[in-house]
Amino acid sequence: MTEATANTIRINKPRQAIGEGPRTRFALIAIALVFLALMLIAPLVVVFFEAFSRGLGVYIDALAMPDTMSALQLTLLVAAIAVPANLVFGVAASWAIAKFDFKGKSFLLTLIDLPFAVSPVVSGLVFVLLFGANSVLGPWLADMGIQVLFAVPGIVIATIFITFPFVARELIPLMQQQGSSEEEAAVSLGAGGWRTFFLVTLPNVKWGLLYGVLLCNARAMGEFGAVSVVSGHIRGQTNTLPLHIEILYNDNKAAAAFAVASLLAMLALVTLAVKTMLEARFAGSLAAQRRH
Amino acid sequence: MRGGFIVLAAALALGACGGAASNEVTLLNVSYDPTRELYEEFNAAFTASYKTPDGKTVKISMSHGGSGKQARTVIDGIDAQVVTLALQNDIDVIARESGKIPADWRTKLPDNSSPYTSTIVFMVRKGNPKAILDWSDLARPGVSVVTPNPKTSGGARWNYLAAWGYAARQFGGDEAKIREFVASIYRNVAKLDSGARGATTTFTNQGTGDVLITWENEAYYTLTELEQGAFELIYPSLSIKAEPPVAVVPGNARKDGQLQAAEDYLRYLYAPEGQRIVAKHFYRPIDPSAADPADIARFREIEMLSIDDPVFGGWDQAQPKHFDAGGLFDQIYQPAR
Amino acid sequence: MTAAAPDGARRTSWRRRSVLPGFNLTLGYTLAYLSLIVLIPLAALAIRSASLGWTEFWAIATDPRIVASLQLSFGAAILAALVNTVFGVIVAWVLVRYRFPGRRWLDAAVDLPFALPTAVAGIALATLYAPNGPFGAFLEGVFGVKVGFTSLGVVVALIFVGLPFVVRTVQPVLEEIDRETEEVSATLGAGRLRTVTRVIMPGLLPAILTGFALSFARGVGEYGSVIFIANNLPFQSEIAPLLIVIKLEEHNYAGATAIATIMLVISFAMLFVINLLQAWSRKWFGHD
Repeated sequence: MTEATANTIRINKPRQAIGEGPRTRFALIAIALVFLALMLIAPLVVVFFEAFSRGLGVYIDALAMPDTMSALQLTLLVAAIAVPANLVFGVAASWAIAKFDFKGKSFLLTLIDLPFAVSPVVSGLVFVLLFGANSVLGPWLADMGIQVLFAVPGIVIATIFITFPFVARELIPLMQQQGSSEEEAAVSLGAGGWRTFFLVTLPNVKWGLLYGVLLCNARAMGEFGAVSVVSGHIRGQTNTLPLHIEILYNDNKAAAAFAVASLLAMLALVTLAVKTMLEARFAGSLAAQRRH
Repeated sequence: MRGGFIVLAAALALGACGGAASNEVTLLNVSYDPTRELYEEFNAAFTASYKTPDGKTVKISMSHGGSGKQARTVIDGIDAQVVTLALQNDIDVIARESGKIPADWRTKLPDNSSPYTSTIVFMVRKGNPKAILDWSDLARPGVSVVTPNPKTSGGARWNYLAAWGYAARQFGGDEAKIREFVASIYRNVAKLDSGARGATTTFTNQGTGDVLITWENEAYYTLTELEQGAFELIYPSLSIKAEPPVAVVPGNARKDGQLQAAEDYLRYLYAPEGQRIVAKHFYRPIDPSAADPADIARFREIEMLSIDDPVFGGWDQAQPKHFDAGGLFDQIYQPAR
Repeated sequence: MTAAAPDGARRTSWRRRSVLPGFNLTLGYTLAYLSLIVLIPLAALAIRSASLGWTEFWAIATDPRIVASLQLSFGAAILAALVNTVFGVIVAWVLVRYRFPGRRWLDAAVDLPFALPTAVAGIALATLYAPNGPFGAFLEGVFGVKVGFTSLGVVVALIFVGLPFVVRTVQPVLEEIDRETEEVSATLGAGRLRTVTRVIMPGLLPAILTGFALSFARGVGEYGSVIFIANNLPFQSEIAPLLIVIKLEEHNYAGATAIATIMLVISFAMLFVINLLQAWSRKWFGHD
């Protein structure tokens, strides 16, 4: 259908008839450019500008601080657990949902979306209610000598909750779009389930998968609200990079706060660059619908 | 199917063992909001010179926040071996509700376990444009006040009680008038932050309020560390003697060497070097002899009430009467609109 | 969906037969993981909330300060979503219909709020819009409007975090719109404006509404970027998620739980509306 349309346009060439005049065109482009420059680009520029405002020495000192290094390690650790966990879930969920028909499927989809709709602060609160001293689990965990709240496990679990839908949401529409005829052919030729998945399904969805992982990772490393509620803010121990930024900022160490923020901003830029590259190369195999 | 559970189990295990090196004892000091700079320097001095009896070094982590809020995180299970809070009641609550601190903790260290004291003062903007000189000026209509939340902050409770003490003297103990006076101050409050440092940031960086009620140490910190000359410190005619206490949390000192190291750590606060650092960071030392005389010269001698004054009756009476749910503060406080 | 089952396959009670393996394993894992991570924790909140009792819940829910914070969270989110809808549609239009230098860069930049942590955005926006920041000084000097450390700051932060939702829901739909109808409309003598408003916009409407709803839903719960740029004064610039944190720090679990429950119920309603919109859009326009 799209091809047919393109042909018609090429034949009839009524471009002027359905386009805007040059002035409107220019005005719209200008509005879009100015709006995005002010709303999106300016904050990004400010991060780097402020990070270096006190000179390279302060910048390097801020990054070399033991608290920064431990925050970086914690952030990487949290992402290293949360992203694979949600990756396994995303693949399993999209296989079940895209390759099979069953009752209650759209309800299940809504449930998977739930963490998107929950405020990060509420997500954190939920785990305080679950693991706090006056919860059911809290005293039991304390007797076992297991620290969840105000320790790494709590931060990991809250992050998993927040980034829960990212991979699944990217994969499900993509795998639905591709149907299951190829897999059925593979199975009827005698391939096992795992073999079919790795040799047939995975190559078809790998770019979408990578995209989902990328977004999941960006959010896992950048989550603030939920992690803030469960962290306990122990310097050098339970502060992730975003929490460390808050502490520096409130300690009147703005340049140091922005120096650490520039690390996360670079992560964001890399994420966007890889994403743009993926889209340019593999436009067809990425899901058209994007929701986060 | 098991992948996710293994990951969760691994995360739990990781939290359980903490991952400390064996030749190092780790301590967590859960403290109140304005002590950030004090303990940064004090911890460095202590860890540089100290070794446990069996030759291990000590690593100290910090968590800062409003004193009441911090006490709650200890009760909720944060793994603190040391608490250094803003007032006695917050440690009492931990002892009572968690059982991790013995009830007689105040007897374990000298001076009721308070190695330094402070008092409550005002910060105003340059030139004192609203002419704020004493507590009665805070109750005037049109004056915007910044003070933290007594529910979460210890300094905020000292602030409130200092105002109460002043009013008690002004109105000769007429409780209805005292209440109305304190209420009129809190009607002027623009924002209750969760801790003293947050309130400072609100006042200095965000430009909210005409006057900040705060710790003497926090006021001097702001005057010296932040923009010079932008703010002024005002001593009221009557204030309160704030005694921030410290205690070991034996219930959390389960690992080898933690209890001994925690006790030695707190005792070092009373040592000459500890007292010198305390005075340098604008807290009034118990023993000023080792401190830099210039640091001591800052502290003005003003009249200070004690929490044990009959007007308050000690924390055992003051906390439930004023600050517990449904107490006087809850009846008085209506956020400014 | 392409029919998976061959002709004559029996329908079991609740799912259609398929030759593919792994249904039990993957659905079982999905349900177990979903329950463990999402459903059981949320149930804990629901149970805690139910234990409050209706009278106590109602007393908390009608507390003027809480009402004010909810009004701000929802009001600012609506305002931000409206701004994002207007500019988001323009941006999507420009990206799809025009070719100009730097278009690729612009397209990539739209996703920045997804990738940039909210705390980073928060301190950057606070610096820009503070009274002595470049934008803040300009806005106050020229228009006399204070943005940083006011409730307007909340709106600015929510515009930032919500912007990509509108662009990214409208963009793919706009790409697929059949240009033939536009031509027909033009040939029949309709002006460009008329063609845009009468022919194109109705087709875009579901996507625009979905984008608005997503941007709104994100804004209501946002915390990280807002607390830096607002001065968080009760009744003025204190958002509901912040009030949850405050209640939690006061150890007022009942208060925190009640506010969280109100927000959760409204969020679920939003999610439901979004899913309806998408079902509607699929039915009418044949795309997601």
